[in-house]
Amino acid sequence: MDLNTILQILDSTVRLATPLLLACLAGLFSERAGIFDIGLEGKMLAAAFFAAAFASVTGSVWIGVLAGIGASLVLSAIHGLASITFRGNQLISGVAINFLASGMTVLIAQDMFEQGGRTPSLMAGGRFEPITLPFAESLQAVPVLGPIYHDLISGHSALVYVAFLMVPLSWWVLFRTRFGLRLRAVGENPAAVDTAGVSVIGLRFAAVAICGVLCGIAGAYLATGLQAGFVREMTAGRGFIALAALIFAKWRPWYALYACLLFGLLQAVALRYQNIDLGVFVLPVQFMDALPYILTVVILAGFVGRAIPPRAGGEPYVKER
Amino acid sequence: MNSVFETLLYAALAGAIIGAAIWLFRKMFLRSKISGSGLGAERMPAWADAVLVPLISLILAAILSALVIIGIGEDPVAAFTLMVDGALMRSSGWGYTLYYATNFIFTGLAVAVAFHARLFNIGGEGQAMLGGLGVALVCLYIPWPHWSLALLGSAVGAATFGALWALIPAWLQARRGSHIVITTIMFNFIAAAVLNYVLVNLLRPPRSMDPATARFPEATHLPTFSDMFSTAETAMFRGAPANVTFFIAVLACVAVWVLLWHTRLGYQIRAFGHSESAAKYAGISPVRITVVAMLISGGLAGLMALNTTQGEAERLVMNATEGAGFIGIAVALMGRSHPFGVFLAAILFGFLYQGGAELALWTNIPRELIVVIQALVILFTGALDNMVRMPLERVFMAFRRKEG
Repeated sequence: MDLNTILQILDSTVRLATPLLLACLAGLFSERAGIFDIGLEGKMLAAAFFAAAFASVTGSVWIGVLAGIGASLVLSAIHGLASITFRGNQLISGVAINFLASGMTVLIAQDMFEQGGRTPSLMAGGRFEPITLPFAESLQAVPVLGPIYHDLISGHSALVYVAFLMVPLSWWVLFRTRFGLRLRAVGENPAAVDTAGVSVIGLRFAAVAICGVLCGIAGAYLATGLQAGFVREMTAGRGFIALAALIFAKWRPWYALYACLLFGLLQAVALRYQNIDLGVFVLPVQFMDALPYILTVVILAGFVGRAIPPRAGGEPYVKER
Repeated sequence: MNSVFETLLYAALAGAIIGAAIWLFRKMFLRSKISGSGLGAERMPAWADAVLVPLISLILAAILSALVIIGIGEDPVAAFTLMVDGALMRSSGWGYTLYYATNFIFTGLAVAVAFHARLFNIGGEGQAMLGGLGVALVCLYIPWPHWSLALLGSAVGAATFGALWALIPAWLQARRGSHIVITTIMFNFIAAAVLNYVLVNLLRPPRSMDPATARFPEATHLPTFSDMFSTAETAMFRGAPANVTFFIAVLACVAVWVLLWHTRLGYQIRAFGHSESAAKYAGISPVRITVVAMLISGGLAGLMALNTTQGEAERLVMNATEGAGFIGIAVALMGRSHPFGVFLAAILFGFLYQGGAELALWTNIPRELIVVIQALVILFTGALDNMVRMPLERVFMAFRRKEG
């Protein structure tokens, strides 16, 4: 394995980690506020479709991103309505949202484009182009560092940089602002927040809305950055890998970045090599596919660094009467 | 306009039959109170809780689905008529409806049993996949003399594999407090990877490109409805995949009902589901109940593979479950976690599946419409339950005030 191969794998790791990271941070905001969200997958899928559809019709990728965020926010609103207003089961609501997105995207895609549940391939302008960072070309000749800067850090689409900037931003919002403190408190002990005169319902809706925006960007990136267009079920379980990464990161932003990069690396390796020959035995590609899930179960089991979720997670808040 | 009238008639008839059946059942077994919010039971009569709430949810889901059909430029009445014609008006249509219903009975019961212990088993899909592996191993490697013995053997295989796949999440929930919803989701993906590996690398016959096992031997093939009910003069259920497994599913409904309301274990499961602390105080071990309830749940989900793998495909293919594990969630919610309710809801979803296939065949409405309807049913009967329940409770309270 030479430097070039390693760089190619790492480059594809960054691309594949981006949607995971955005969805993972989305789940982070929601779950930190006490709203479990297993509907990340569905929101990403809906956003991916609407982003591709609007980008394809209008020819502007940014209108596509806005449409994706809008679609994801609608599903977030349903989730909020069910789990905050009507105090329903958050997990069941998430399951319903996943199916709703899975069915509606194909239904609308078939109605709009009649291409078997996909959108037309996006032309230039309808999708994100790679951004070349300053000096990338001139520095390429520098040994080792030059190619790393040119291939790995430069040359991604705008949303990749957005995703990575979201990590410090999320950390700052959650751990350095009053809003963040209250948001985390509402996920641990909503009664205390209520006693302090802050609206539990308002905070939780805000968290669910942030989750919707981030899932929207994640989905839009899938359809307009990673690939050029929407195909049915294109999220392919990424929402659940993001959920796994969230547990792996124990609900913390910086660890979320590391977890998503790790799971992105696993995806990149599984994509490039089918079976990995370790000499003694061969690692089948299916093992690489299943590894994020296996790791999450191990972490959940608490044998290696126990993951403890926010205490009030999954429970609707009922004001004392 | 004739078709509109006919459609309404069918709908009313179906509603009346289902309603009457549930009402009768409730009258007969009132003491087997169905789990719901503890407060609702006092404010509303039991029949409203068991029949009215799901019925209104279903109507809401139907209205929204009709709007979706109008939205994509099709006629909802014509679509519904086509679905009824294709799924219920011919014996072969019934053959498909009951075939799908068989799957949904098993997975619905699986979710329902776990619900009674207040566990949300979202892993029916993975447990059913592993159940398929159990069926395949039993059918391929044991020389069976007759299908009836093979059915018994593969039922044991399917239930064992399904139950074992539920064992690890159950144990982790009981012992380590790992959230069972997350672990069972993860186990669905792991099951898909395991099955993929086994089919591609181990069980695929040589020189075959298809990731599937060899065909099961002739002696393990189950009799279909067409074999059982056709006479020399009239062919019934021609070409439909419904088979003898349907009766196993009905037996499973009865068995779950007996288990939950007429055995000590069932009482313990329900007590644990109602209040963990009370159950603990009564000497019921939470670890034992969690594990046992999940083993039963996983076993039921695994049994689904009898129908798809041994009954229909007669070999194990990739994605044999086709999402039936998830539909079990909708079925259990719709059926209020009662075996009889699960049975009716499974027939309803079987009808939707067969009707949806007809729609995809004859109109521009894709099969995914069924996924949307399924989502709406889960949303209204599961997550937005209180939205339907709260106004209803108010209505009943108002009535009661007038009387008193």
